[in-house]
Order: sequence, then C-alpha cells, then structure tokens
Amino acid sequence: MNGEAMTKERSFYNEMQDEAGVPRAAYAELAKWLEDKPPNFLKQKSREAETIFRRLGITFAVYGAQESTERLIPFDPIPRILSASEWRRLSSGIDQRVRALNAFLHDIYHRQEIIRAGRIPADLILQNEAFLPEMVGFTPARKVYAHIIGTDLVRVAENEFYVLEDNTRTPSGVSYMLENRETMMRMLPDLFQSHRVAPVEQYPEMLRQTLESVSPDPSKSNQTIVVLTPGIYNSAYFEHAFLADSMGVELVEGRDLFVDEGKVFMRTTRQPKQVDVIYRRIDDAFLDPLTFNPDTMLGVPGLFDAYRAGNVTICNAPGTGIADDKAIYAYVPEIIEFYTGQKPILNNVPTWNCSREDDLAYVLDNLEEIVVKEVHGSGGYGMLIGPTASKRQISDFRKVLKSNPTNYIAQPTLALSACPTHVASGVAPRHVDLRPYVLIGDRVRITPGGLTRVALKNGSLVVNSSQGGGTKDTWVLED
Amino acid sequence: MLGRTASSLFWMSRYLERAQNTAKLLEVANRAAMVPNTGHSGLDEWRIALLTSGTELGYRAKMDEITARGVINYMVFDKQNTSSVRTCLETARNNARAVRTGITSELWEALNTTWIEFAEVNPQSITQDKLPEFLSWISQRSHLFRGALLNTILRDDGYFFSQLGHFVERADNTARILNTQYWVLLPDNDVIGDGSMERTQWTGILRALSGLRSYRFAYPDAKLKALNIAEFLILRKEMPRSLAHCYDWIDETTDDLAQFYGERQQSIKLAASIWKELREQDMRDIYQNGLHDFLTDFIGKNNAFADQLSRDYNFA
Repeated sequence: MNGEAMTKERSFYNEMQDEAGVPRAAYAELAKWLEDKPPNFLKQKSREAETIFRRLGITFAVYGAQESTERLIPFDPIPRILSASEWRRLSSGIDQRVRALNAFLHDIYHRQEIIRAGRIPADLILQNEAFLPEMVGFTPARKVYAHIIGTDLVRVAENEFYVLEDNTRTPSGVSYMLENRETMMRMLPDLFQSHRVAPVEQYPEMLRQTLESVSPDPSKSNQTIVVLTPGIYNSAYFEHAFLADSMGVELVEGRDLFVDEGKVFMRTTRQPKQVDVIYRRIDDAFLDPLTFNPDTMLGVPGLFDAYRAGNVTICNAPGTGIADDKAIYAYVPEIIEFYTGQKPILNNVPTWNCSREDDLAYVLDNLEEIVVKEVHGSGGYGMLIGPTASKRQISDFRKVLKSNPTNYIAQPTLALSACPTHVASGVAPRHVDLRPYVLIGDRVRITPGGLTRVALKNGSLVVNSSQGGGTKDTWVLED
Repeated sequence: MLGRTASSLFWMSRYLERAQNTAKLLEVANRAAMVPNTGHSGLDEWRIALLTSGTELGYRAKMDEITARGVINYMVFDKQNTSSVRTCLETARNNARAVRTGITSELWEALNTTWIEFAEVNPQSITQDKLPEFLSWISQRSHLFRGALLNTILRDDGYFFSQLGHFVERADNTARILNTQYWVLLPDNDVIGDGSMERTQWTGILRALSGLRSYRFAYPDAKLKALNIAEFLILRKEMPRSLAHCYDWIDETTDDLAQFYGERQQSIKLAASIWKELREQDMRDIYQNGLHDFLTDFIGKNNAFADQLSRDYNFA
C-alpha cells in the first residue's frame, strides 16, 4: 500500500485492513500475495486483461461519444473479497427484499391493500409514471413480476450495508460478473488455489431454470425461450448476446417476432416457432406499439395482448419499474414490514424527498454535504455530490433544484468502503459498491458475489462506468 | 434458426469475400498502372477497377477526375461507398455481431481484430508505396477468416448459409471482372497473338482472380490464349474462382441444405439448373452465343438465386 493522501475525504471503511493496518481475516492471503508480487506484475496483468476483453468484444457503448462507440470498462485485477458470514447476512437481506417487492407489485396491481392500510400515499403510486394501469388485474405466472433483480449495495462499516437501488427493470452487468471471473481464473490461477471461492458460472443455467419455471405452461418439456434485444447498437448488446449464447437460446430483435391469434412466434428458416418466455432487455415503453409508445420500432405489435391472454411470459413483467422508482424507494422498509411482518435486514439510505417542503428546505441548506439525484435518472448523470462539487456547481444546481424540486431526492453522502485497487502509483484504496444478481421464479436464487464497481479516481465516489468507473471480480469465500 | 440469423451469416461471408475482391482489384490496377503500353482500350486501369466493382457512378458523384489517389481512397476507405473495403469489413462485422451467438469465438476474433486494426489505419498513411503491402494484409486477413470459419464452425444450416454467401459473391465477382473487359477475351484476339497489350490485360485478369500461376499448370503448353483463359475462369471447376467451381459448391451446399430441412425449395432447384447449364456447355458454345451476353445472363441468374434463397428461408 502506498500512503496516498485522502485529504478531502472523511474516514471510510477499508475492506482489506483495519485502522492499525492489519489485514482482515478474509484478505489475509491476498495481502501476502500482493506484497510478494514484483512492482510491474499488476500492470502487466491489467494489460493482459484488456487485450482479452477487446478481442472477445466485451464492450459497452457510450452514448454521445463520437468515433469509437464501443468502449471497454476498465478491469481491476485485484479481487474484492467477502467472507462467508458477511455473504450469508447479505443474501438473507436480499432474499427478504426481493420477495417483499414482488408481493408489493402483486398488491398494487390488484387489491392495493398497502394503500388502503394508509402505509403509502395513493398518489405516489397511481400518479407515478412507472405505474402501468394496463397491468391492473393481471396475474403473471407464479405471481412473480421482477424475475431478475440487481440490488445495488454500498458498505459503510464492518456490518453496515445500505441498499442504494433495487433495479427491478432490466439490470445489466451480469456478463461482467461472469467474464471477470473467467479472466481472473485464466490470469491468476495461484490466487484461486489459495482461496475457496464460491463459483458464479452456474448463473446462465439458473437464469434458464428461472425463466422456464415461469412459462405459461411449465409442464411442457421443450420451452422456447428468447432474449429480446434492441439490437447491436444498444450499450449492453454484448451482454444480451452473451446471455442468449450461454443459455443456449435465440437472441431476437422485435422484427424477428410476430403475434398471430394471441400467440407469439419467431420467424425461422422453417415454420414459425411459438415462443413461451421472453427475457426482454428493452423498456416497457418500447415493448408493443399497439399498447405503449406507437412509434417504437423495437417492439412487437400485439405482444401485450398475447401476454395478457396468458400465452407468453415477459420477464421482467411490464410495470415492475414502480418498485425501483426513487420516490417509492423511501417506503421500501415499510413495504418489507407490511408484506413479510419482519424488520428489514438491510438498511435503506435515509432519503429526503424534495417534493416535501421541509425536506427541500433541509436539502437547500445542506447542499455542500449531501448527494442529490434525479427521481428518474440513472447512470450517474444529472446528480450532485455536494462534498466534491465546486461552489459554482453547487450554486448552479441550487437553481435547477428550486425550479423543479419534485424531480429530485437527496441522501447523505455515504462514506463508501474502499478496496485495494491497482492504480498508476501502485496499489491504493478506492471506493466500491456491489451489485449482486438475484433470480426469482420457482424459488429465489442469488449468485454468490456479483459485480463490484470501483471509482478509479482518487477520492471519487462515482462508480458508474459512464463516469470512469471500473469493475472487479467479487469473491465470496466458502467456510 | 432465425431467418435473420441465416441472413446475417450469408451476408457476413459475402462482405468478407467482397472486401478481399476489392483489395485484389486495386492490387491489379496498381500493378497495371506501372506497366507502360496499356490503356489502348480507352479504359484506364483505375476506371476498370471502379467499373468492375460497380462503383463508378458513386465515385463520379463525389469526384471530378479519376486519379489513383482518389480511387484508392474511395474503394478502400470511403464510408459512403457500400463496396469499399472499410464498409465491407464493418458490415461483415456488424452481421457477425448480430449473430454473435451463432458463430465461434475463433471466427469472431478473426473478424473483430481485423476490423479493430483496420479502423486504426490512417488513410493518409497508405501512400502508393505502402499500398501493395496493405492490400495483401487485407487478403491475408480474409483468408484467416475463411480458415477460422472452415476449421471451427458446426456443419449445420449456419455453415450452409455462410458458404452460399461466400460463393455467390465470388461467382459475381469473377463474372464482373470478365464482363468488364470481355472483349479482351474474344477469340479474335488470339490472332494478334502474344502481343504485349493483350498479354498485360490477360495477366491482369488472371492476377485479379489469383489464377496466373495455376493457369500455367492447368494448360500444359502454358501459353496464354483467350479461349483457354476464358474457359479456365468460367468452366474449369478445379480453378477456385471459376464460375463452375462456385456453382459446384453452391449445388452441393444447397443439396445439403435440402437434406437438412427435408424440403427442396425453389432456390435449390434454381441452383441445380444454373450448375447444369455450366456443366453442359463448352467454350465454343459460349463464344457462339456471345460471351458478353453469357456473362450478363449469368450475373442475373446468380442474383436471382440469391433473391430466391432469401425468400425461401425468410431472411429478414
């Protein structure tokens, strides 16, 4: 470790070592290994990894970039490690949360008990753009709405994790979790020999099982499953192709599908083939020009009717976006208690809702200290991180916020935990978050690990790849 | 298999073959430009390259004058030219990306690294002295692609569609090269004998089809004769770029396809009839009925076959 100064920074939780510099148990082997390696070793491994990723075409597109629209996400060769007991607690918290969110979705599209009980204001749901009236009264297979969830977590202390976002629409990044692991196993076999790392490679098979289990007719022996992509120019196209390939199913675009007599078919070189389950990676609005956005070229006319007729399952269900809406987020602890009768295992980040006058006043008084986000924003765009923003940025943001307060929520700036990361000067702590991937079908399946995103700039708290973040392989150790 | 997947595999191979053919045309033009005494026919070698690739109109819309620099830029790097090497490589790669799940990683890597390296080349850096090396690099890369395809891809319908794309494009290219300068190959020219102008033109055609050396092995007296050259490039199926060779493959591949799907579609019958016609003709018949008409007719039938194939198998 070098002694890089973090002047601007408050204290943060260092995942590798305690305040005295002694490695924590899960990191003991890794710390030793890092010390033994020659100075250029990690640099060389980083380059190797980049070559592998580029040749395999593991890229994402950056919107607005001019010439080369395909970029690599920087990959950090030092793994992030979680102990078995840390993981047990996290996964039980995630399990509880995703069950509650699915129960919530079923409720708001049926009897709306939670509104009747006065636990959530009716307007917040009924007036919400993400609430789809078309889904009211419809029950998807096994009552599951959000089949694939990526729960964004951050850590602030040894036993303190917060959920930042639930990502119940079409969370991406799982291909990085899988490819990062493959690359690490190829590059650093000795590290795997000295650790008992829980495997992640079963994810595509579990995804397929999950999708098969929610088919309209699960007893059918040959389910036809497809991955629906907007096409090769989408930022996550690589992942769509990767998942279809590793599940052994077709990757389709909207134009490959059509609806006939309430059933969905794909155009093949032979007879049309009926489709049972669609893992869609396009947004609700683009699914079906007859029901939603009439201008969409990405969707399939009549798809929604086929869905409501119970002839095809769409994963995730249309209308799940309400469960990860930033305005609903504040109520998730309430939602967990209401549907499970238990206290939440994982914390929510305290949130100020700028549409409330008191909250807005507090936020305006404390802009230097807190983080402000757009209610419907994503990818780290349009947000303000008070402690690292300039005076000018803060005063500009104040105007924007005042002119449209309902568009914003605010949260305290969390001191994200940091993990050892390879940087120009050697190895230094960098802030990280964690997105484990959850599958919900006949049962809840959580892959041990997930995607760790790391803010590569010193002191930065923004881990998004669109803002210069990188990724790490995430290890869950077995007992 | 999705109809769109079949289409992507077909076009992936077609575009890769086209990239190589374009490179070859330029190689020949560049060589001919260095040899004096050509241009008798009134056609400048750079214009022949444009005509053969069917891009003369597009070029003239952009540029007033036909120059070496202009043609090289247009046929190698131009983004608006749908047959430029750049466009071919990019389109081939986009097609491969669209069926990333249907091709092997070896094949993808061959194509992807070619595109990455090509995209990094600054067009200004390809001066005329660097051109031959650069063009032969493109050829090498397309051979690498073919090798990866033949060595790794599963012999199922995906393979059949990509083979068909490859040979349809190749047959089209050979027919166009011959048709652009068909008069050079008329038997009357034989009387003039080994005149230097004919010589240059004949060897140019053979070179463009990588057949100069093999011609000398195929015809024991090794003399360049219009009739032999035409026969070699049209009817001799052991010549890998001849029309006969291409249709021998197409016929066999469509048979495999029919067997695979258990159905003989219209396109399969069409391929069989084109192949039968080629097989049963000799060069004298072709000359009698007119070489130019024969070639024009062939190009039309070859296109009709590709169209029918895309209808029969629901290419999107």
